[in-house]
Amino acid sequence: MTTQTIAGRDVTVDEEGFLADPAQWDDEVATAIARDAGIDPMTDRHWQVVRYMRDTYLSTGSAPTIRSLGKASGVPVKELYQLFPKGPAKLAARIAGIPKPRGCI
Amino acid sequence: MAQRIAILGAGTGGTVMANRLRRRFAPDEASITIVDRDDSHLYQPGLLFVPFGLATPDGIVRPRHAQLIDGIDHVQGEIDRVDVEAQDVTLADGTRIGYDVLVVATGAVLLPEETDGLTGPGWKENVFTFYDLEGASALGGALPAFEKGRLVVAVVDQPIKCPVAPLEFAFLADWYFRRNGRRDRIDISYVTPLDAAFTKPVAADALGGLLETKGIELVTEFNTGEVDGRGGRLVSYDEREVGFDLLVVVPVHGGAPYVGRSPGLGDELDFVPADLGTLQSKVKPNVFVVGDAAGLPVSKAGSVAHFEAEVCADNVVRHLTGEPLEDAYDGHANCFVETGHGKALLIDFNLETEPLPGRYPGRFGPLPLLAESRLNHLGKLAFERMYWHALLPGRSIPGITPTLDLAGKRIPAPTTTPTTTPTEEAG
Ligand SMILES: Cc1cc2nc3c(=O)[nH]c(=O)nc-3n(C[C@H](O)[C@H](O)[C@H](O)COP(=O)(O)OP(=O)(O)OC[C@H]3O[C@@H](n4cnc5c(N)ncnc54)[C@H](O)[C@@H]3O)c2cc1C
Repeated sequence: MTTQTIAGRDVTVDEEGFLADPAQWDDEVATAIARDAGIDPMTDRHWQVVRYMRDTYLSTGSAPTIRSLGKASGVPVKELYQLFPKGPAKLAARIAGIPKPRGCI
Repeated sequence: MAQRIAILGAGTGGTVMANRLRRRFAPDEASITIVDRDDSHLYQPGLLFVPFGLATPDGIVRPRHAQLIDGIDHVQGEIDRVDVEAQDVTLADGTRIGYDVLVVATGAVLLPEETDGLTGPGWKENVFTFYDLEGASALGGALPAFEKGRLVVAVVDQPIKCPVAPLEFAFLADWYFRRNGRRDRIDISYVTPLDAAFTKPVAADALGGLLETKGIELVTEFNTGEVDGRGGRLVSYDEREVGFDLLVVVPVHGGAPYVGRSPGLGDELDFVPADLGTLQSKVKPNVFVVGDAAGLPVSKAGSVAHFEAEVCADNVVRHLTGEPLEDAYDGHANCFVETGHGKALLIDFNLETEPLPGRYPGRFGPLPLLAESRLNHLGKLAFERMYWHALLPGRSIPGITPTLDLAGKRIPAPTTTPTTTPTEEAG
């Protein structure tokens, strides 16, 4: 864990840049992380996914998988890959300020 | 009046639950009804061996009713839906089964139609799965005829049953084609959405190393979006391609479709949300879940269904006798990983502790952990007998506990930086 300054705020992140404490997050932190990952600007569709991820994590304690996102976020899987290239679930989780999604063992 | 316990699904988890609960209650204390659509209990780990002619379809199926002890009411029928408010289950033929406690043990289904093109041209011709009996038998017809080209073993997405089974398939395919003298004309690739061969680092290294030794190519972070059977191509969502002549695919899994038709019972993949420690569902206090049907971050494996059923049966008893439930399950799983050439390795782990090297069971156990050995292979074969004769009847197996035992495991020295799991949900 290291402390980093993102959007003018001191936040704790893990080795891969995921926030350690979701409470240190706000829209500006999200926008800054997204820009850093090459997503600029954050469109309404991006926010729809990011907010869905965050709400799901905060209410259930685990981040949704890509398939669950495709079924329940209102954004189909194909589009998820266009919005968040490479790894939508991981990238959207990082922008949403929640821990890296834990796959099943 | 007797309490009514209804168990949905008479596979691994449901059968263990029924047998364990029947021993805990006199007939006038509780009635136990178990429902399944047919009377054929399939030993699913045996599916791995069918394509290679090492097991026959008939040899791995036994009647379900014969696995249930006396005093259990076995109903054959298709479950259509559950009404958790009214506390009753409706079967497709209209039969209704009321309950005081419900145990959901209906497992997971394969959903090949969810992947574009997978069930299109080529399905069962050059595109197969060994995850059901029909698929495993069809593949058993295709392998002997496969003379040269590229065999691709692909996992579409997690969660899947027995996450090591597709790796085992690749190892056995290597062995099979070597034995037939065809291996130099056949390339084998293993395609996974994960960023390594397995989810947990120590085991991922060991299993990845085995792939390398056997000359099996590993393609990681590949999220299959489309299967083109005619053209022999797998296409990922980020538009990478892997070509194949023969594809063996593990389709995406979901919960039983009736779960989706039952208001409030399941999540978006039709799995039933549950509390890991107690196996009580998050749906209603009188609804419990075991096995693959549960929406839990644990392996979908027979060993898990078995360990969960031990804890869950105790908690159903507590629930019915008004005692507080016990938070006793830790995600413990173990499985033999067949590696070909008459060898296997064994992994034993839970949610906190990844598979580690050492011995099992306990410090002086005969079986080496995370290392290939002939004894582990014999263990895997012996497991089938244990499955029918000890596990399903719900007998406790000496030395095997529902929770993880750290004795015998070599725990890596703590590093200064906290380790994170490198290979989680891809995407
Ligand atoms: C190829 C393969 C290899 C495997 N290898 C291993 C291994 O080596 N080790 C290991 O531990 N595990 C292994 N497993 C996994 C293991 O078999 C499963 O995890 C285990 O059987 C799960 O038990 P369950 O009770 O949850 O579900 P199941 O045993 O699948 O039982 C579910 C039951 O519910 C019934 N059902 C579902 N829906 C309905 C409905 N609507 N109406 C009526 N009945 C219904 C089904 O007919 C079925 O009998 C393997 C699985 C596969 C596919």
